Amino acid sequence: MNRTYELMFIVRPDMTDEDLDKLISTLQSAVTSAGGSIKTVEKMGKRRLAYTVRKFHEGVYILLTVEGGGAVMHELERRLRVTEPVIKFLTVRIDEEQKRLDKIKSLRDARKKVSAQPAAAAPEEAAAAAPAETPATA
Amino acid sequence: MADETKAPAPVAAGDAPAPREAHAPSPRFGDRPSGDRPGGDRPRFGGGGGGRGPGGPPREGGRKFFRRKKVCKFCVEKIENINYKDYRMLGQFVAESGKIVPRRLTGVCSPHQHRLSNAIKQARNIALLPFAGRAS
Repeated sequence: MNRTYELMFIVRPDMTDEDLDKLISTLQSAVTSAGGSIKTVEKMGKRRLAYTVRKFHEGVYILLTVEGGGAVMHELERRLRVTEPVIKFLTVRIDEEQKRLDKIKSLRDARKKVSAQPAAAAPEEAAAAAPAETPATA
Repeated sequence: MADETKAPAPVAAGDAPAPREAHAPSPRFGDRPSGDRPGGDRPRFGGGGGGRGPGGPPREGGRKFFRRKKVCKFCVEKIENINYKDYRMLGQFVAESGKIVPRRLTGVCSPHQHRLSNAIKQARNIALLPFAGRAS
């Protein structure tokens, strides 16, 4: 049961970088102990929120890519809920969507190859036909 | 027999309908007009095609109120990945009030509008887009 999730969360803007790194490392250890793994950590930086959340107008966005089952995410979400500096989070499952995108990409690539071959063959034919015509006119 | 049958036939065709009625009693002549009928039907089919042709003029009438055909942005630019993180792109499909713009206005196709609306709702949830009003 290996699924890929994307976890985006917002921490309060007045949090220091060291505290943030500490928070991320604790989350990482929690995930590994639950049997999952964190693939990527992306700090998207401070951004103005579209609406007020817990009386904050801006927040620091962090994006994690987590691999693991539902239990891992359940534990992770529980932790985020009790972590005071985290003001909002969103979990999205991305493996199915990624599969769909890969499928479309491979389809498009296959179609490109098919269309590329006749296009490559056509100029050769034109080049072969051109010398044949020129003696006739001369 | 063959000469006799052939000879009256052109006359019947050339003359008024009255001679046809005269020939009608004989079954062979009765068959021939029926043989002509399919030929008579063909123009009708052609007429049917013409009937489709008149389907065009209303469109021409529609051209009076010329409107550019709306196309799905995602189909044209081949964007399959409609993601909630791409809030700038999603912002194009959100009205000033924060509402999702209906696809009859934007021209987005149904499957893409579905993904788009899901992505916008996710983006709202994580405060990338506003639920109501302009993003502050």
